[in-house]
Amino acid sequence: MHVPEDAVVSSADVALALASAASQNGVQIYDRTSILHVMVRKGQVTGVETDKGQIQCQYFVNCAGQWAYELGLSNEEPVSIPLHACEHFYLLTRPLETPLQSNAPTIVDADGRIYIRNWQGGILSGGFEKNPKPIFTEGKNQLEIQNLQEDWDHFEPLLSSLLRRMPELEALEIVKLVNCPETFTPDMRCIMGESPSVQGYFVLAGMNSAGLSFGGGAGKYLAEWMVHGYPSENIWELDLKRFGALQSSRTFLRHRVMEVMPLLYDLKVPRWDFQTGRQLRTSPLYDRLDAQGARWMEKHGFERPKYFVPPDKDLLALEQSKTFYKPDWFEIVESEVKCCKEAVCVIDMSSFTKFEITSTGDQALEVLQYLFSNDLDVPVGHIVHTGMLNQGGGYENDCSIARLSKRSFFMISPTDQQVHCWAWLKKYMPEDSNLILEDVTWKYTALNLIGPRAVDVLSELSYAPMTPDHFPSLFCKEMSVGYANGIRVMSMTHTGEPGFMLYIPIEYALHVYNEVMGVGQKYGIRNAGYYALRSLRIEKFFAFWGQDLNTLTTPLECGRESRVKLDKGMDFIGRDALLQQKQNGVYKRLTMFILDDHDTDLDLWPWWGEPIYRNGQYVGKTTSSAYGYTLERHVCLGFVHNFSEDTGEEQVVTADFINRGEYEIDIAGHRFQAKAKLYPVPSLFTHKRRKDDVELSDLQGK
Amino acid sequence: MDWAAAGRASAGVWAPAASGCGSVSPAGRMCVCPGPRRIGIPVRSSSLPLFSDAMPAPTQLFFPLIRNCELSRIYGTACYCHHKHLCCSPPYIPQSHLRYTPHPAYATFYRPKDSWWQYTQGRRYASTPQKFYLTPPQVNSILKANEYSFKVPEFDGKNVSSVLGFDSNQLPANAPIEDRRSAATCLQTRGMLLGVFDGHAGCACSQAVSERLFYYIAVSLLPHETLLEIENAVESGRALLPILQWHKHPNDYFSKEASKLYFNSLRTYWQELIDLNTGESTDIDVKEALINAFKRLDNDISLEAQVGDPNSFLNYLVLRVAFSGATACVAHVDGVDLHVANTGDSRAMLGVQEEDGSWSAVTLSNDHNAQNEREVERLKLEHPKNEAKSVVKQDRLLGLLMPFRAFGDVKFKWSIDLQKRVIESGPDQLNDNEYTKFIPPNYYTPPYLTAEPEVTYHRLRPQDKFLVLATDGLWETMHRQDVVRIVGEHLTGMHHQQPIAVGGYKVTLGQMHGLLTERRAKMSSVFEDQNAATHLIRHAVGNNEFGAVDHERLSKMLSLPEELARMYRDDITIIVVQFNSHVVGACQNQE
Repeated sequence: MHVPEDAVVSSADVALALASAASQNGVQIYDRTSILHVMVRKGQVTGVETDKGQIQCQYFVNCAGQWAYELGLSNEEPVSIPLHACEHFYLLTRPLETPLQSNAPTIVDADGRIYIRNWQGGILSGGFEKNPKPIFTEGKNQLEIQNLQEDWDHFEPLLSSLLRRMPELEALEIVKLVNCPETFTPDMRCIMGESPSVQGYFVLAGMNSAGLSFGGGAGKYLAEWMVHGYPSENIWELDLKRFGALQSSRTFLRHRVMEVMPLLYDLKVPRWDFQTGRQLRTSPLYDRLDAQGARWMEKHGFERPKYFVPPDKDLLALEQSKTFYKPDWFEIVESEVKCCKEAVCVIDMSSFTKFEITSTGDQALEVLQYLFSNDLDVPVGHIVHTGMLNQGGGYENDCSIARLSKRSFFMISPTDQQVHCWAWLKKYMPEDSNLILEDVTWKYTALNLIGPRAVDVLSELSYAPMTPDHFPSLFCKEMSVGYANGIRVMSMTHTGEPGFMLYIPIEYALHVYNEVMGVGQKYGIRNAGYYALRSLRIEKFFAFWGQDLNTLTTPLECGRESRVKLDKGMDFIGRDALLQQKQNGVYKRLTMFILDDHDTDLDLWPWWGEPIYRNGQYVGKTTSSAYGYTLERHVCLGFVHNFSEDTGEEQVVTADFINRGEYEIDIAGHRFQAKAKLYPVPSLFTHKRRKDDVELSDLQGK
Repeated sequence: MDWAAAGRASAGVWAPAASGCGSVSPAGRMCVCPGPRRIGIPVRSSSLPLFSDAMPAPTQLFFPLIRNCELSRIYGTACYCHHKHLCCSPPYIPQSHLRYTPHPAYATFYRPKDSWWQYTQGRRYASTPQKFYLTPPQVNSILKANEYSFKVPEFDGKNVSSVLGFDSNQLPANAPIEDRRSAATCLQTRGMLLGVFDGHAGCACSQAVSERLFYYIAVSLLPHETLLEIENAVESGRALLPILQWHKHPNDYFSKEASKLYFNSLRTYWQELIDLNTGESTDIDVKEALINAFKRLDNDISLEAQVGDPNSFLNYLVLRVAFSGATACVAHVDGVDLHVANTGDSRAMLGVQEEDGSWSAVTLSNDHNAQNEREVERLKLEHPKNEAKSVVKQDRLLGLLMPFRAFGDVKFKWSIDLQKRVIESGPDQLNDNEYTKFIPPNYYTPPYLTAEPEVTYHRLRPQDKFLVLATDGLWETMHRQDVVRIVGEHLTGMHHQQPIAVGGYKVTLGQMHGLLTERRAKMSSVFEDQNAATHLIRHAVGNNEFGAVDHERLSKMLSLPEELARMYRDDITIIVVQFNSHVVGACQNQE
């Protein structure tokens, strides 16, 4: 791919230019000065202690590159910045016979893992090898810095691929091989944003060898973040708060970056799981599920089952399973989904972030009413789906809150919210209140019992009537399951299917699981994984925070006005923005698309990020997608915008605008017709068994 | 890849290497000679029509050449020339191979049931082009299939054993492999036993020896009181003291069926040892114990075959054990005392590191074959003068057997009467077998063969870093000095090369690339193997003219069809025992 606007700059020159421009605007730069630590008072940055004295400041930005980790740890309250350096080699040569011109394009050969560009008429060529050499694992080390030498034997594969691609370069004379360590992060995305524990402590580091190309944009968003409190784009994927202290182990980082660095030039396929640094956080049922064929994915260090491979089925080897087409697990997930629809499945969902908020008086309710957009003043035992919004009305978090008692609430959020949500709550909770916020994620194992027969399983295990009359939807009750007492049973499944979530104190987890599986046998119970859950959820138009929802999407934009207490006269964060939006109308709308002429077996699958076309005009991108096994169609969720044809400005999107349009989803250059829906397909909610569908297996005893 | 091989089996085959083993192919490369067979037996001319028409390549091409020769001059070990692809150069088959001239009337004896001749007629080689190229991982999986490593556990962080551990491995050429290996720690006495066993005429004898010999040795080493205690325990049905701790690869099996029989023979042995005890508690001499154990086991093998067993399976088994043969090379290491007991032509080689870091080989065993003048002398002295010419003929015992000492092989030990009697009363399978029925020529004054080992003692020094025990499959292909150097460099990590620096010199990318590729080729073979024995096998099979592992060659050698592998190489079994110099040094200072 040739990019005519491509350019080559010298990072040193750019840095110097920026420094001199900054100086002209009154910025003082202290050369040869080391930071000892950052001074913090009451969780707020107050200054910097250097080897040449103190400097007072309100904001501190840690952009110490590969030393950012150590600098973060030097604080009294450490700021954990998970990154690790790897040695990086590039080659410099003398000029070619006809020296390269400055307009020579930069060449990347991803298969050969190398890049080549002009350097003073010769070439500069480096790459990202398969076997990286992590360095500075034990921190800044003078010995290692001095020993940063050329390692030709290590560079040999890259040199081979360079000469394979351009054999004529053979005659070029070597100037030197430079060893210049680069920094990598656990997920190959850079790290920026404010520390969850220290206000005013910002980070911009871990650029994964793309610092120069990302520098401009990253600087812009960080500046906005510092000035306005939030950046103008959704950059959750880069937010420091996506990580916690749990990703800060040096061993973990050392192992993970060895997998991340080669990935830079690898083909990145959907639903790819890292292989290193795994099995850190696991549910007590991990071994049981693993023995039953579970395949795992990892979120925030937690192992979650994707699906369960039946004993008689073989999946492809890891490398062969890389695909953009129909994956090898298709039939496995299909049977799990079918079982959720017709019988009952159990999914271990222990990774969800779980907080408990209690108070001695009524403060808990007061505070939460201000922090959350939906009305939490519900009778004890009720569950409320609510957003945790920012001032712009966008979702900082999307969660379910159960009112356990008048003064205590149980909050369930997505797995990767553990750090972010905690920081947000801490930030907005009054300091001197006698409110107790506790992270109880580790205390409970969560089992999701999905399916029409979940009722039968639970009532048999608890000797309690579980029918909707006794246990209505979105209800929470502590009850006994098997021998275990005090199990929090909630009538919701995060999918729109009937069933229950069981929050089980971990010491009972194995017992309850065994009981559920034992009793469930006659109802056809089986294990299922997150892929089945995802298919069920998307088919029913359940948006998910982190995928479909982010800090820039509001409840009104995804049809969730009913989950907002706008008309109750209560103040909450984001209310003003929402009121204004309600008045003005929304500029984008979450829409569900059902692909019409897409051949699941032969066509490339939608994964996410596919462009959406309305009447031939680009209107947005998909945010998530899944195959709907009931609809027998692919379902995509995505935001539809209304760009003015003349100016490209965003205009109001109405339901009418959505409904009166012909839609196409572009998958890798091929457009597929799609039906747009603003509400889920109703037929999915009625479970009628047709007479001619009855099978012998349905006659099995109950 | 096609199999259009130009075969030749003529008198010229056995000419010295310089004149080439057969033809020089159009590609200008030498073809390969097969390794020698350990035993030759006569083949009736009736078996020659087995070379019928419609024989697929390469046999088909092979056939006309054979027909051109006199039938009586068919050699058991035919020469294969695979002119394009298997271009093994002379260094691979060392001179020692060519010393051997088979008896004109004998064709190869392969194994009792499936001789190579039978293979060629009973099985059709795939005439479709064969895929020869193996990828490096495939090569590794073949080379590593039988590898085994044992580290002597450290107690309290202090390793008290002079043995650090050992690596072992074997690569089959025969199908099934006829080599065996054993390793065990003596539990009632100190010391560790390690041995390699090279079987011939089948694997029955080497298997039996690999299972039983160490028990005989351990029992021979036991003090009188321990023997009594064990015997009393057997008598009263109490739990027995364990004698050996085996260190076995999962593929190394023990026969379940014969276990009871073997135990009874062993028990008779220790009962005799108890009876022989004069009451004076003398120090047990390891050398004597080793010799007694070898002789006793061979004697038991012979007796069991003569007595037979009511169970027909066992009866056939003991006969097969006795009629096949095996050499043995066993090391006993106890502190600084190293004893090597050798019977046959496997070899024990000590790796010594000189002060300048270089490696030298010290041979701790003598080969018992025609190349050992003292062995030839011994044989001549043991038999009447008029047999002087026939007892060693064509460098073989009675013109047939390569090793001059071995277990089993009752054909070279029993009287003709006894052989006939046992075979006649034996099972039909035995009677139908050409080989067992055949009596060696010039067989006047048996026994011609003994299992008595030659025992070498060596007192370990700190510079003695390791011991290599290997069957002749290794020593035929590699010089002992190379063996010791390769293992030495592998174990000490000497292979770490100095890093390259450009440092002001004018170097082009192409020059650098060439240099790096060369260095990588050297390194890769070292890093691929954790196991020193595997590393040796890689060199033994894959070495090119320059002593570097050549993947292409390795891949070809390992992808030979089962039936042909034996023609290019022999079974290779290797144990590399590593010594703990600190412990050895400390032991020395104490004394």
